[in-house]
Amino acid sequence: MTPTGQDTLVRVRGLRFAFGPRLIYDGVDMDIARGKVTAIMGPSGTGKTTLLRLIGGQWRPQAGTVEFDGVDVHRQSRDQLFELRKRMGMLFQNGALLTDLTVFENVAFPLREHSGLPDRMIRDVVLMKLEAVGLRGAAGLYPEEISGGMARRVALARAIALEPALVMYDEPFTGQDPISMGVLMRLIRTLNEALGLTAILVSHDVQEVLSISDYAYVIAGGKVLAHGTPEAIRTSQSEMVRQFLDGKPDGPVAFNYKTSRSYAAELLGDGAA
Amino acid sequence: MKLARILTEFLRGLGEATLFLFTIVAALPQALLRPRLVVQQLYMIGMLSLVIIAISGSFIGAVLALQGYRTLSQFGASSALGVVVAFGVIRELGPVVTALLYAGRAGSSLAAEIGLMKATDQLSGMEMMAVDPIRRVIAPRFLAGVIAMPLLGSIFSLMAIGLAGGYLIGVLVLGVDDGSYWSQIHQSLHPRDIGESLLKSLVFGVAVNWIALYQGYHAAPNSEGVSRATTSTVVVSSLVVLALDFVLTSFMFR
Repeated sequence: MTPTGQDTLVRVRGLRFAFGPRLIYDGVDMDIARGKVTAIMGPSGTGKTTLLRLIGGQWRPQAGTVEFDGVDVHRQSRDQLFELRKRMGMLFQNGALLTDLTVFENVAFPLREHSGLPDRMIRDVVLMKLEAVGLRGAAGLYPEEISGGMARRVALARAIALEPALVMYDEPFTGQDPISMGVLMRLIRTLNEALGLTAILVSHDVQEVLSISDYAYVIAGGKVLAHGTPEAIRTSQSEMVRQFLDGKPDGPVAFNYKTSRSYAAELLGDGAA
Repeated sequence: MKLARILTEFLRGLGEATLFLFTIVAALPQALLRPRLVVQQLYMIGMLSLVIIAISGSFIGAVLALQGYRTLSQFGASSALGVVVAFGVIRELGPVVTALLYAGRAGSSLAAEIGLMKATDQLSGMEMMAVDPIRRVIAPRFLAGVIAMPLLGSIFSLMAIGLAGGYLIGVLVLGVDDGSYWSQIHQSLHPRDIGESLLKSLVFGVAVNWIALYQGYHAAPNSEGVSRATTSTVVVSSLVVLALDFVLTSFMFR
C-alpha cells in the first residue's frame, strides 16, 4: 500500500523529464514513506540517478512536482533549496569525496560548513560517524589511499554527518565485494532503524535491495512498472517486472539500443539490405 | 549558415561566461570572510608559480640587457642600459610574460582541477551538502589568482631588472657603470609606469583566472572535457592577454 499524508516524506507527482529529445520520465508518481527504506530499481539507463538529482533539486523537471516534507523542491530560491538540502544526504555512486581533504576532514566538511560547532565537538562527531562505518582507523588517510568500498563508507559517514531526514543512496553496491556489500547493507538498515532515517536506495542489485527495503518501485521506459512491498514485487506476474527480476535478455524491455538499421545492412553495407 | 551558428555559439558562450563572472564577484565578500581558503590558494597558485616566474624574469632581463647593450653601445649610450631594460620590463614584458606563464602554469592547473572535481561529482556533492561550489571553491581561487598576478608580475620585473637579469649581465658582465644603471632608472622611471604595470597585471589576473575557472567549471565531465578545458585555458588566455595588452597600452599612451 502506498504511504499517505504525514507518512510521506517525498512526494513525486506527474514527473516529466527529458535530456534533449531523450525522454527519461513521463508522468511518474511516487511516494517515499517517512522512516522507511524505499528501493528504486530498474535497468541501467532508466534514469534512477536522475531521479535522485531531481529530488535533490539539482535538475529541474519539464513538468510535475517533487515535494520534500510538503515543500515543492523546484519552487525554492537557491538559499531555500540549500536549507532543504541540509536535511538530505546523498551517497554518490563514486563517493564524490573531496580529494584534497583527509577522510576525517571529508566527514567534518558539512559540519564545519553548517553546524557552527566548536572544533572539539566536530572532532567527536566525526569520530563517532567514522566508527559507525568502521573507518575510525582510516581518519588520517586521503581518498586516494583507500579502496572504492571504503570510499563509499566514508561518503556514507559524511552523508549522515548532519543527521538528515533523508539519505539517498545511488547504486551503493555496484562494484563491491561480498564483504563490503554485506557491511553496507547492514549499515543502511541499521541507520534506518537506529536514527529513523528515511532512505531511498537506487540500485539494480535486485535481491540485495529487496532484502533490506520496506517498499520498492520498479521503473523502466520512463514509467513506474510496479510498486509494492518486496514480497509483492518478488511475486509480481507482470512480464516486464519478471524480465527484470529474473534477468532475462528477451522480453518487453529491449536489451538492444534502438537503431533503424538492420544488423545485416550494418555489417555487409547498405547494398546487402 | 555555419558562420551564423558559430557566431551564435560564441555569443552564447560569452554571455554564459559573463554571468559566471558576475556570480563569482557576488560571492567574493564571502570569500573574504574566509581568508584561510584564499591564503591556501595563494600558496597553491601563487607561491608555486614563483620559481618559473623568477627564472623566466632573470633570463628575459639578461637577454634584454645583451640586446640593448649591443644597440646602445653603437651610439655610445650604454649607460642608458638600465632604462631600456626597466621600461621594456615594467611597461610590457613584466605583466605580459607573467600572465602568459601564469596561464600555462596556474591557469591550466586550475581548469584541470575544477574540471576533474566536476567529473568526479565533487562539485555536485558539495551542492547536495548545501555548500555552494562558487562560494567555497571558485571565489577563493579567483581572488587568490587576482591578488597573485600583480605580485608575480612585480617579482618578475625585479628579477629581470635587478638581481639575476639586466643588472647581472649589464653591470657585472658587460661592464656598464653600476651607478649609471640605477640612477638612469631612478630618473626616468615614474611611479605612473609602475602603477600602469600593476594595473595591467591586475586586468590580466582577472582575465586569466576567469577564463581558467570558467573552462574548468563548464568542462564536459569526462577526460576529454578536462583535456579540452586545459588546452582552451592556455590558448584563450594567451590570446586575450595579448589583445588586452594592446588595448591597455593604447589607452596608456594617450
